[in-house]
Amino acid sequence: MENILANLALGFDIALSPYTLMLAVLGCFIGTIVGALPGLGPSNGVAIMIPLTFSLGLGAVEALVLLTAIYYGAMYGGRISSILLNIPGDEPAMMTCLDGYPMAKNGKPGEALVISGVASFVGATLATVGLMLLAPLLSEIAYQFGPAEYFALYLLAFCTLGGIASNNQAKAAFASCLGIGIAMIGLDPNSGMPRLTGGNLHLYDGVDFLVAIVGLFAVSEVFFFIEKHGKQGAVGIKLGKVRIPWWEIWSTRWTMARSTVVGFIAGVLPGAGASLGSFLTYVMEKSIAGKKGGFGTGVPKGVAAPEVGNNSAAGGALVPMLTLGVPGSGTTAVLLAVLVTLNITPGPTLFTDRPDVVWGLIASLLIANFVLLAMNVPMVRIFVRVLDVPPAVLMPAVTMVSFVGIFSLTGSYFDLLLVTAFGVLGYVLRKLDIPTVPVILGILLGGKMEKQLRDAMVLSDGDWTYLFSSGISTGLLIAAVAGFIAPMFLRRILRKPQMVSD
Amino acid sequence: MLKSDRVFGAVVILGALVYIASASQITQPFFSDPLGSRTFPIIIGCVAALCGAVMVFSPDEEPDWPEARALLSLAVATALLVGYAYALRPLGFLLSTAVVASVISYQITPKPRAALLSGIGVSIGLYLLFRYVLGLSLFGLPRWLAG
Repeated sequence: MENILANLALGFDIALSPYTLMLAVLGCFIGTIVGALPGLGPSNGVAIMIPLTFSLGLGAVEALVLLTAIYYGAMYGGRISSILLNIPGDEPAMMTCLDGYPMAKNGKPGEALVISGVASFVGATLATVGLMLLAPLLSEIAYQFGPAEYFALYLLAFCTLGGIASNNQAKAAFASCLGIGIAMIGLDPNSGMPRLTGGNLHLYDGVDFLVAIVGLFAVSEVFFFIEKHGKQGAVGIKLGKVRIPWWEIWSTRWTMARSTVVGFIAGVLPGAGASLGSFLTYVMEKSIAGKKGGFGTGVPKGVAAPEVGNNSAAGGALVPMLTLGVPGSGTTAVLLAVLVTLNITPGPTLFTDRPDVVWGLIASLLIANFVLLAMNVPMVRIFVRVLDVPPAVLMPAVTMVSFVGIFSLTGSYFDLLLVTAFGVLGYVLRKLDIPTVPVILGILLGGKMEKQLRDAMVLSDGDWTYLFSSGISTGLLIAAVAGFIAPMFLRRILRKPQMVSD
Repeated sequence: MLKSDRVFGAVVILGALVYIASASQITQPFFSDPLGSRTFPIIIGCVAALCGAVMVFSPDEEPDWPEARALLSLAVATALLVGYAYALRPLGFLLSTAVVASVISYQITPKPRAALLSGIGVSIGLYLLFRYVLGLSLFGLPRWLAG
């Protein structure tokens, strides 16, 4: 306990330096705007900001603080378009639409925004505390991990991500394979020989995951807007006077407490993440409230539960990301990309080697939450204006920012071609209901997964039973298989609640 | 009726086979680790082919594909972005960005004047932002004009 407090003091020392603090506030502000823009969710918002941040040449801690503040800000801002437009910025935000939009339509848009803002704050702050307590413990366990255990862990992440997040196992598994397959392109890590490059010199360094992220998330979104010709007919609900509904917030206190715990656990599971968090908490609170609870008609608990779950899962997802290097969701995959680009290797040693990074990040997250609460409750009217930006201006700007960001990072026209190709790929995949997050995860982790498997085989001299040699690895492999198969049966029982349409 | 999933599954199988074939051609050094450079990519290719087969045999509901006109404008947008990749260096940022941004803007909301204005606005605004706030080195104008 004293250890944690001492570390936290170190973290606040870094986070409260004027420059870092300014970056955190700036990140919160940009993030909320990016999140509120219709059609830009946290993952694609952070994706297009990464290349720009790197071109600024910030240090590791500063860049990480700025980008996580943007990430948290986007999670807060995303609820604005969910509630006022009924357009979720990303998958986890879908559950917020279920009660948030009806509540806004019932003439209480201000209340819905305030309740969800407070709920985000509660979930995110408590989850950051949970992260502080759990992550050091988990990193102790992670010290015992050898190649076999890591291989099993990566497999678990791919299986559960595909299993839970998607509607079709085969499509999710294919998406993972696609990502891992792309990760194999380039120089072989052991022999140094080029492979699968088709003789193209540009591919010798492999495919940069930032290129893939920007293409799959941001450019494909632009294609969707072009397809719809911007005619989604979303007429925003006008925001009147914002009043703080103290009583309604107080009435959701137990909902918030329960949802924080459930959301955090869902976030910690590798591969599960924020979508599962908001889904589970909403379904749980709905069944606790029963028919009289009126879920789906715009009740405060229905707004609070998914928003708490979503944000506490986002905090929980940082636990496996920092201690094991396995992200739990699309947005943590993007954050892992940030770490890798900054030359920071997540894993158990991160906590001893770079305490400044870990604790500076945690302290910044705590500060960012208070800044975001201030921005999103009293100042929410400013951000609601953002919804009026017409897509005909926004989308060209998003495209050009994505392209220039990538160009400034690598300076190669070939990467611009790749971004376009990934944009088309993302469009086709999303049309066919194939999730894109496993592709990103595959590109990020594929190389490491192969390396661990090969190292394991070197240790065992080619004996495959080595993968089952320890209790941890056997358990993880069994969990991987179960995590892949179980949702096929659960899916019939746990139907996703449908969004209301006008 | 031909289902999209079936077509896509078949494409996946074909792609996976090509991938496996090229993975088995990887040159391995004489002293290699037990697994080598080929095995893992081949396993991944096999799993992908299996997934493709599942898509062929149990396809999902048909997605609503856009009508021909929307597909055409998507093709135009893609061609334009490919052109942008080649044009950015020789033509400079301002001109190429204004063209691409205007066309994309027009494709989202077909109002020519507004699209042209927002294209030019996006181009100049982003140039100022990138060049003077973020300090990126961008060529604003074609090199032969800038001298």
